[in-house]
Amino acid sequence: MTRKLIYALLPVLYLLHNDLWLWNDATLIAGLPVGLVYHIGFCFAASLTMYLLVTRAWPTHLEVLDADTPETEPS
Amino acid sequence: MILGIIAVYLAMVLFVGFASHRLFRGTGEDYFVASRSIGPFLLLMSLFGTNMTAFAILGASGEAYHAGIGVFALMASISALVIPSVFFFIGTRIWALGKRHGFITQVQYFRQRWDSDAVGAVLFVVLIALLIPYLLIGVMAGGLTLTQITKGQVPEWTGGLLVCVVVMTYVCYGGLRGTAWVNAFQTMVFTILGGVAFWVIISQLGGMEAAIATVGASHPELLIRGENIKPLKLLTYTCIPLSVGMFPHMFMHWLTAQRAETFRVPLILYPLCIAAVWVPSVILGVVGHIDFPDLAGPAANSVLVRLIDLHAPEVLAGLLAAGVFAAVMSSLDSQVLSVGTMFTQDVVRHYGFHGKMSERQQVFCGRAFVAIILTVTYIIAQLSQRSIFQLGVWSFTGFASLFPIVVAALFWRRSTKYGALASIGTVVVLWTYFLTRGWQVRGYTVGGEGIMPVAVIILAAAASMIVVSLATSPPSPGVVDRFFPARK
Repeated sequence: MTRKLIYALLPVLYLLHNDLWLWNDATLIAGLPVGLVYHIGFCFAASLTMYLLVTRAWPTHLEVLDADTPETEPS
Repeated sequence: MILGIIAVYLAMVLFVGFASHRLFRGTGEDYFVASRSIGPFLLLMSLFGTNMTAFAILGASGEAYHAGIGVFALMASISALVIPSVFFFIGTRIWALGKRHGFITQVQYFRQRWDSDAVGAVLFVVLIALLIPYLLIGVMAGGLTLTQITKGQVPEWTGGLLVCVVVMTYVCYGGLRGTAWVNAFQTMVFTILGGVAFWVIISQLGGMEAAIATVGASHPELLIRGENIKPLKLLTYTCIPLSVGMFPHMFMHWLTAQRAETFRVPLILYPLCIAAVWVPSVILGVVGHIDFPDLAGPAANSVLVRLIDLHAPEVLAGLLAAGVFAAVMSSLDSQVLSVGTMFTQDVVRHYGFHGKMSERQQVFCGRAFVAIILTVTYIIAQLSQRSIFQLGVWSFTGFASLFPIVVAALFWRRSTKYGALASIGTVVVLWTYFLTRGWQVRGYTVGGEGIMPVAVIILAAAASMIVVSLATSPPSPGVVDRFFPARK
């Protein structure tokens, strides 16, 4: 359940990347244009989402231990 | 002075490359994928450094000079979401398959996944063809930058030659481990030097607020998206970073991870690394208008070099040159090694030795190909026109368009070799079509509406994969079960 909720964050972020409402907004925040500040914030949001993905939705079944030797030689 | 700093920097790079050799185990798997022993820090630095080309440092500021702050949303922040997502869903799975089955190249995986030599052979040709312009751009950018920074004292052929000789030395000698170590060093160098250059220039311009306000007064359109970037372009440009799913050099770095969990820290930090490099590049491109109001077309790509030269010559100029070299070499090394690995494993070992090749022969062959490929690239770079830089985005387009293939291979049991071949064929045909129409047009989009060609090609490639797979007989269960083991 948690896994699906976190997966769902990805398309939400993807949509939020298209910040049409800031397209012509010339406001400055701390000296920087709001259209740039928003996308810097977007990078932090992406990092936080990745944090949730790796801590709450990690694909543990993928781990291959050194003991699991390759079953075939590549040809 | 500048040349002295560059010489010291290149000597340090070689030292790092040589130092890694102490861990060399003498086997093919060690040379090509560092015995799958790379930890989280080196993995982050390799993935990030390989993906950040000189384009991020010089090209981004040039683009921002013309199009304003929207360049960050277009090229950087979307990568902060898409690239780590691709690593999460695709990279970790490729790593697990590589470790379980002993794969070293993409072609080995796809060939066995669909049990088809034809898929492997076609993919090999397409991947190599798409990588060549990318290699050329790296070599040419190295030469061009050195010439600009030294104001023509050093001719272009020398810079390119320096880059090639240094890369050849440590890649041949150190294999993938040497490449990863050097990448880590170089990535830190260009990130830190970018930050220093940014801080110095912005202080000289009277601080961030003053600099932005000055630009806002004369060029208010650079501080918004406005007409510079169409909304449809922002939406469809999101397909470009999918290219990391099919880059041979990314594939190679994924396989080097020690464990699946090695990916965790790199995934979290990757978006922040992107912001750290791109924010300064984009802001400097925009504020470059204060000192250099009239740069036309491609001349804007030198805005960063000009700013440094004006505000912080000598030592900082030398350091910036070192930073650009770092960005160029940290991509070129992985690309060259991955091409060398493909020739060794997918052609010589597969067709020449039928899979049976001693460890020493593999290492020797890998080294020989690295040397040959760099030599050939250098020669072609000397003969090529400057306009080849426009091929960069087309190279990305091609790799991103192949993305449906890796998705189908990993997640769709019913996909068939004919589906894969049809998908690759669709990419080749449409890519060639759009290239012939658009490559002379700066900022070409489909119908001029802002739709990137890559979005159209990906949709068509995915459709061919689905339709042709369903129309052909299902793959044999024995083959599929190898790649979709039941979860424990």
